[in-house]
Amino acid sequence: MSALLSVKGLEKTFGQVVAARDIDVDVPQGQTVGIIGANGAGKTTFVNMITGHLTPSGGTIEFEGRDITGLPSRKIMRLGIARSFQVAQVFPTFSVLENLCAATAIARSGSSVVGAALSRFASAETSADAEAALDQFQIARFRDALASTLPQGVRKLLDIAMATAGNPRVLLLDEPTSGISLEEKFGLMDVIMGALKARGTTILFVEHDMDIVQRFADRVLAFYDGTVIADGAPAEALGDERVREFITGTLIRSKDGKLGAGRTSHA
Amino acid sequence: MTGLRILLGAAILGGLGAAAPFTPLWLISLVTLAMSTGLVVCGLIILWRGGLVPFGQALFFATGAYTVALSGRWFGVTDAFLLIALAVIMAVLVAFVVGFLLAQYREIFFAMLSLALSMILYGVLVKSETLGSTDGINVAQASFFGMMPRGPGYTFALFWLALGMVFAAWVGVSAYLGSVAGQLAGAIRDNEIRVEYLGISVTRLVHLKLTISAALAGAGGALAALSISHVDPQMAYWTTSGGFVFVTILAGAASVPAAFLGALLFEIVRTIAVALLPGGWQLILGSVLLLTILFVPEGLGSLMIRKRVTVSGREAA
Ligand SMILES: Nc1ncnc2c1ncn2[C@@H]1O[C@H](COP(=O)(O)OP(=O)(O)OP(=O)(O)O)[C@@H](O)[C@H]1O
Ligand SMILES: [Mg+2]
Repeated sequence: MSALLSVKGLEKTFGQVVAARDIDVDVPQGQTVGIIGANGAGKTTFVNMITGHLTPSGGTIEFEGRDITGLPSRKIMRLGIARSFQVAQVFPTFSVLENLCAATAIARSGSSVVGAALSRFASAETSADAEAALDQFQIARFRDALASTLPQGVRKLLDIAMATAGNPRVLLLDEPTSGISLEEKFGLMDVIMGALKARGTTILFVEHDMDIVQRFADRVLAFYDGTVIADGAPAEALGDERVREFITGTLIRSKDGKLGAGRTSHA
Repeated sequence: MTGLRILLGAAILGGLGAAAPFTPLWLISLVTLAMSTGLVVCGLIILWRGGLVPFGQALFFATGAYTVALSGRWFGVTDAFLLIALAVIMAVLVAFVVGFLLAQYREIFFAMLSLALSMILYGVLVKSETLGSTDGINVAQASFFGMMPRGPGYTFALFWLALGMVFAAWVGVSAYLGSVAGQLAGAIRDNEIRVEYLGISVTRLVHLKLTISAALAGAGGALAALSISHVDPQMAYWTTSGGFVFVTILAGAASVPAAFLGALLFEIVRTIAVALLPGGWQLILGSVLLLTILFVPEGLGSLMIRKRVTVSGREAA
């Protein structure tokens, strides 16, 4: 099977800091990939390069056989790669429904400025799409709440629901459960995965909680110091010696020390 | 916008048009001039909803006005409709070009850069003899469908032209504000990153807004040039831009008709203020602005419409 998303020799440096190096990853259609790594390991940088938020210093990214390296984010988005953010990105002064309408209206207008100027915002199709997303992501009871007043978990769901408005083939989720209490994490992931699996979306998600990774990922990419140190089925990757030393070990330490200070300070 | 509202708007404007022959000429001229300001303010509302306030909108206003004056002087164009079309096209061209730069900026930088560009035009107009220098240029009398009305007839004709332009602007701007691009104004103000990641270019959306606002400012400038029968560099000066922002605050971003009522109120207050306090009319105008900001911060428009639960309604809030 040929890869839907194919990354070769990807590299990113910020002055002296090497945030990504020698990353080679092929993701086939329909896979759910869990991305793990300590703070500052380069997970967000990886997501940022694929989605065009950052231009790689080297290497190539191909999507459906097409080179998308260095394209602006909105073009990559239009080709079918969407993302959510570590800090949920919504329109705070819009209601939940209006947020979704904005997303579905842009998708319906073909994401072009001319299309957006010529199509009406308030259309039956746009609202129907938005209402469907409300149900799919189980946030219908927050329909008319202002996005700025939402609980963290709902805001995350809204962010992801908006990202899926254009029916992306690949969706990258940067820490979908960060800032969510332990009890709620699984429920939240169930909702997200349920909605996305129904669409057949290929998913890459960054996650610090190994229980979540084991439960939801078909495959794990382990990042350490800007590069992938393990790549394989969850049991295999999480059992890797270096992963246990550098990543899962770090996580246990950082539970009491909270933020894993040892890792972030070098960043 | 519903057909009923369009019909109602047409009826109101038609009624005003029919009342013209029974209205003192000075008042008709005042309203015509106010409508030219209202057109510019309509454009500022579009920008303001996206969080953008240009301090140099007179750039496009003056472009429109000078296009009318120069088309008459250099090419002998007299048809009012053609003159206005040319003014709009020129203003749009200028906005399209400077938009590549302006659309990259936000907030105070957008405001100041727009001001800087308008001051450059002012400088050019003042220095250039061919463009009339500080004295400006007289605008020849325009014709309407080949007719050249004289005296009060000309004042009426310009007034009716103004009403037609107001109607067109009202319908057009309402349609734009109801479009996806128009409704995204609040989204741009809220979170540009999210807009980009929904697949649409914020820079291009801002560029479009600027260009539409320039078309309206150009039309306003053309109308002003015709109704004053004269253009001068003052039309590009920063106080002119400031006046437009003043009326925008007075009118608020909530409703398009408010732009015209705000402009009318502004002209009336200014006329009264000048009559009452010839040396210090700015004192009265300033106080009006102060009171508006203190007591009607969302502008006159917010008093006219019920709060809507739409995105645009919330933006106005
Ligand atoms: N814009 C930037 N400028 C400079 N350095 C950066 C920038 N973005 C990331 N870095 C550095 O690159 C490295 C990788 O950061 P990245 O944000 O990708 O880590 P992460 O794995 O997502 O961490 P976390 O788990 O804390 O989110 C870090 O050392 C970080 O300080
Ligand atoms: Mg990160």
